[in-house]
Amino acid sequence: MSILIDKNTKVLVQGLTGKTGTFHTEQALAYHGTKMVGGIHPKKGGERWTGQVNDGPVELPIFASVAEGKEKTGANASVVYVPPAGAAEAIIEAIDAEIPLIVCITEGIPVLDMVRVKARLMKSKSRLIGPNCPGIVTPDECKIGIMPGNIFRKGSVGVVSRSGTLTYEAVFQTTNEGLGQSTAVGIGGDPVKGTEFIDILEMFLADDETKSIIMIGEIGGSAEEDAAQFLKDEAKRGRRKPMAGFIAGRTAPPGRTMGHAGAVISGGKGGAEDKIAAMESAGIKVSPSPARLGTTLVEAIKG
Amino acid sequence: MNIHEYQAKQLLKGYGLPVAAGVPVLKAEDAEAAARQLPGPLWVVKSQIHAGGRGKGRFKELGADAKGGVRLAKSVDEVIANVGEMLGNTLVTKQTGPAGKQVNRLYIEDGADIARELYLSILVDRSVGRVAFVVSTEGGMDIEQVAHDTPEKIVTVAIDPDKGVTGREIGVLNSALKLEGDAARDSVSLFPALYKAFVEKDMSLLEVNPLIVMKDGRLRVLDAKVSFDNNASFRHPELEELRDITEEDDKEIEASKHDLAYVALDGNIGCMVNGAGLAMATMDIIKLYGAEPANFLDVGGGANKEKVTAAFKIITADPAVEGILVNIFGGIMKCDVIAEGVVAAVKEVGLKVPLVVRLEGTNVEFGKKILRESGLNVIPADDLDDAAKKIVSAVKN
Repeated sequence: MSILIDKNTKVLVQGLTGKTGTFHTEQALAYHGTKMVGGIHPKKGGERWTGQVNDGPVELPIFASVAEGKEKTGANASVVYVPPAGAAEAIIEAIDAEIPLIVCITEGIPVLDMVRVKARLMKSKSRLIGPNCPGIVTPDECKIGIMPGNIFRKGSVGVVSRSGTLTYEAVFQTTNEGLGQSTAVGIGGDPVKGTEFIDILEMFLADDETKSIIMIGEIGGSAEEDAAQFLKDEAKRGRRKPMAGFIAGRTAPPGRTMGHAGAVISGGKGGAEDKIAAMESAGIKVSPSPARLGTTLVEAIKG
Repeated sequence: MNIHEYQAKQLLKGYGLPVAAGVPVLKAEDAEAAARQLPGPLWVVKSQIHAGGRGKGRFKELGADAKGGVRLAKSVDEVIANVGEMLGNTLVTKQTGPAGKQVNRLYIEDGADIARELYLSILVDRSVGRVAFVVSTEGGMDIEQVAHDTPEKIVTVAIDPDKGVTGREIGVLNSALKLEGDAARDSVSLFPALYKAFVEKDMSLLEVNPLIVMKDGRLRVLDAKVSFDNNASFRHPELEELRDITEEDDKEIEASKHDLAYVALDGNIGCMVNGAGLAMATMDIIKLYGAEPANFLDVGGGANKEKVTAAFKIITADPAVEGILVNIFGGIMKCDVIAEGVVAAVKEVGLKVPLVVRLEGTNVEFGKKILRESGLNVIPADDLDDAAKKIVSAVKN
């Protein structure tokens, strides 16, 4: 088992015909043959997309709408590479088409657009991962998004992170420790997003293949504190897995947005020390160094 | 993007909100004419800087017993005297840091008879993913202090984006702020108008501290602090003219031209990283090994050679930088692109300080090869730990 995606996941690409969409669709196809089944473009429906995979051309159909693409391919996931101005509408189109899993990579979506998306999401059956995230990988089976495939190794660590490149660090380091990953999920660095830590932690706790978990947070908001409380409550019911963690932004000055729209200490809240304390109180071994995520997890597993 | 109080008030006035009459003053000789445009008998002279705590702030150049950054005047002459004393001087407040900020603009406003001071702000409450009003009867004070000492006096009301501010929310806010009579009637239009301004202009923060009940029982927006969501600037060209670049750091302005996320810090190790989380983590690990980062710099996911070159130039232009750490874990970003950018930048601007480069991810071997064959004095690093140790030790020697 894995969470969210596996070798049977069929993925539509919203924003396939752009440079980013094309590059990462080629990468996904090359990654153990991830089932990329088509692209969406309102004006190019009926045309075909051609990409280069392992030095040979590969074609995918382009559909005028997500609903049409879903009907004709049986897709159960979509990935959004649409630029910020149109990204919220693209997500809403996928929600309306009842796509079960929507992964939005786009960075820079206005937060009030995400407030609208969130309201639609609450009334739907879709799950949104992101936006402003690197996507999801289940090693050797399926890669949705922009993570570099070569650092993964099939294994037992569940990785969940607000930061893209720190997800790669966690993956790379657990690969080097020989542990590998069950699934890695980047939930994204925006303040309003589809999926929070708690949702993913619940899935990892329920997944038999996931034996341990790395959780990477950063300054801003209280999602890490909420997750810590959730883990404490679950531990009381006997649900617990060894966990390592990291919080980025210990040295960040208050009041300044650190790249990610959601990474800001405001009103005296969202600082790193509070988050680290909350995570440690929930039994997570928090590494002081982003270079020691793998070794810290190994220590946590040994107990 | 932040704007000045007087700009915020002009914007809110456009939404029919009750603000006092006022005139911005940029030159001391305009003070008299500005004051005469207002009826008196009470004027308020307010420093316009992008930082809070102005009233309790102190001017560096004036004596310790001089008045703060917001002053009352009871005559036109007093207005002129205060303008002369304040304009061009450096105001140090709780939020400016010890360096303070030069006051280049003042706002002269009609004084108000205050009965009660309240707190109101609108922001995006990320825990529920909705726009929310945050209100308190404890206005005119540091709201962080109120939140810390008496959290029960702060009430948060989230707004359903499909419905907007309805009678139900107005009732809750009125009762939280103990508004009655004329004030409670004013609020029926005031709360929805504030919400409308927030949403239409893509604000990230609208803070009215204080919102006042005047002695005649009416409401007035006495202070206003507005920040806009930079992600929405593409649909608000009209807001560009409100930007005051004298309030911003030169390096940050240059970075924003190249679409780089950059924050100037106080240390001596310049950082260039891809990804906000990794950029913060890189700062953290530099500190962990006993040095201080000179900046936060995220070159972003879609950086090209030109962007990397621009980033490198901004870092090397900072005289405090004694060493540079480039830390790239390529996903969207390909390592060879970074390597080419670094090589091009070094050739263009020269390299006078140690440079440690750590590359990992997409096209990593290609990137390392470009650096190796460039003939530049680049210190390669195997991983983040190694990179941080190498740059800290290079700077210390």
